[in-house]
This record gives sequence, structure tokens and C-alpha cells, in this order.
Amino acid sequence: MRRYLALLLLMLMALLLLAVAMQFGFGAAPMRVGSAINSAAPGQVGAANIVTSVVLAYRGIDTLGELAILFTAATAAGLLLGQRPATTQPDPEAGFILRHAADLLFPLLLVVGLFIIVHGHLTPGGGFQGGVILAAAFFLPLLARPASRFRHGVFGVVEALAGAAFIGIGLLALTDGGPFLQPMLGKGVLGHLVSAGTLPLLYAAVGLKVGTELAGLMAGIAAYEARDP
Amino acid sequence: MTPDIGQVLFCGSFGLVIIGIFGIVLTNHLVRIVLSIALLETGANLLLVMSGYRPGAAAPILVDGTVPASMVDPVPQALVLTAIVIGVAVQAFMMVLVLRVHTAYGTLDIREIRTLLERDITHAAGVPLPVSPDEPLAQPHTVLHRGAQ
Repeated sequence: MRRYLALLLLMLMALLLLAVAMQFGFGAAPMRVGSAINSAAPGQVGAANIVTSVVLAYRGIDTLGELAILFTAATAAGLLLGQRPATTQPDPEAGFILRHAADLLFPLLLVVGLFIIVHGHLTPGGGFQGGVILAAAFFLPLLARPASRFRHGVFGVVEALAGAAFIGIGLLALTDGGPFLQPMLGKGVLGHLVSAGTLPLLYAAVGLKVGTELAGLMAGIAAYEARDP
Repeated sequence: MTPDIGQVLFCGSFGLVIIGIFGIVLTNHLVRIVLSIALLETGANLLLVMSGYRPGAAAPILVDGTVPASMVDPVPQALVLTAIVIGVAVQAFMMVLVLRVHTAYGTLDIREIRTLLERDITHAAGVPLPVSPDEPLAQPHTVLHRGAQ
């Protein structure tokens, strides 16, 4: 009975939402910031990808906050999962296809992930997208060979250095006289790999941080599942 | 009357939101609730990206240094990029919580978890289980669980 009542109420809500949706104008949202940024960003930041200029230049502090949320979630998950006892048996090795596919895909995923990170200011993509691909690259061998040890220490150090590099680049802008996270080092030629000042460096830090963080998180969950009786 | 593309897209994204809410309210399995939250997020993100749409506009990326006549709004795209990453982190955290619940109680059904939690909380507080005077004298729930002291 309660379920049917809930269903009825939800149907009513859906109807109301759809009625509201029909009232919206499509493609005519009253926002002026976007067009202003579109016309100003190539000259101000020098990145061919305007979304990147928004993420790292105009809203750089938001991105720092996002990295903080990611870090907090990963830390909380690690705390909840706890340490893996040394006595437990890991899962058996995966079959032939998965093992060799993982060996083949690992360098490929690494190259694709790094390419997407490095070209974040020129093409669609960037540190977050490339970082997730890096995480997949490092998680795949663990999926194929659960017995192999995941180097949490190395990943933790890389993650900490990447996070510190992001904040450090932001602080360097202060010594240059600009506000926190202000792009520096000149704009370069629009559309070249070395352009947009510190934006590629910031995206590289973001990519490494996201990649190591997600890989560590997935490795932690996998180790926990191996322990779960 | 033929619906225009905007109405179809709005219905799609609102539909995803509604399916997500349906899942959260109507399912009893914790993993399915987490998946419903993911669906809800997808619908909300689609709605945000669509708000930046301009008729006939290009993606906000300059190819060969040429600026197109009109480009879509880059701000909602940057916002959604942020939202997706945060969503993934929070979903991973939710899955870890679900894992912990499974080790603690051996079940993922929220009705069973509720009775077990109630029992544990009243036990820890040192008060008897609250019993409704109108409750029929049914067989007590036999719930498979382990590891809860």
C-alpha cells in the first residue's frame, strides 16, 4: 500500500516536472557570462579550448575545491576500508585473455591518458578525463593479476606531489603580483602545444592527482573484496 | 502537433531524474539505490549542459585559431565537468559504505538493515526495543547476519 502511494506521488511529481519542462525555452537561456567568456577567453588566457580556460583560469579556485572534495572522498573511503591483513589469500589469477589483453592495453591506455592530459588546453579532454584513463590503465593489471602488489606508497607520494604542485603554481602567481591561480608565463601562440601559460602544468597536476587517487581507491576496494569472506 | 527537439531533450533529462527518484524511493537494495542516484545525477548534468545550447552554435573550442560565428555557453560545460568528477568520487564513497554495511550485517536489503540497526542502537543505548501496542503477534524476523556484536 505504501509503495503504491509513493508511486502515485512520484507520478504526480513527474507530471508537474514535465509540465514545467514544456514551458522552458530551448536554446534561449538568459545567460550572458558565456558569450562574454567566449569572446574574451582566447585573448585573455590563450587556450584554444575555452572550457579549459573556464575550469582552470576563470574558476580555478572551484577546481581546487573539487580536487579537495575528491581527496576527501578518497581519504574517507580509505579510512573505512582499512588495512588489508597480510594473511588473506588474494583472488586467483585471471584467464589467458584478460591477462594478455591487460598487458597489451596498459601502454596504450597510458599513452592515450597522457595525450589527453597534455592536450587539455587544445582539444576536448583534459586532466580529469585523462586522469580517469590513467586510473583505468593502472587498475587493469591488478584486475588480471590480483596477487601482484599495488604500490600504495608510490601512488600516495605522486598524488601528494601533484596536489602540492597545483597549489604551488597557484601560490607562485601571488609572487608575480596577480591573484591566486592567475595564469602566468605568457599566452604563447593560440593552438600550439606550448601555450596558455601555466594551464597545461595545472592540468598535468590535476591528471596525475585524479589518476593516482582513483587507481588507489579502486585497488583498495578490490583488496577489501578479496578479504571479504 | 509535433514536439520540437528541445521538448524531447527536456523530457529525456527530466525522465532520467524521475527514474532516479523512483529507484531511490521504490527499491530496497542498497546497490540499486546507489545506481539510482547515479542516474539522477546524469539527468541533472544533461539538463545543465542543455542550458548552454545556442541554435546553430559550435563547440567552444577554437580549431586552427579561427573563432566560429557563435559558440555554445562554456560555463555549464565546465560546471558539469566538475559535477561528474565529484559524482564519481561520491559514488565510490557510497559503494565503500555499502561494502562496510555488507560485512557488518551480511545483507543489503534496507528493511533488514533497518531492523538490525534498530536492535543494535537500542542495545547500545540500553533501552528495550520499541514495540507498537497494535503490532500483531507475528513470527520474529529471522535474519541471516554475522559479525554484529
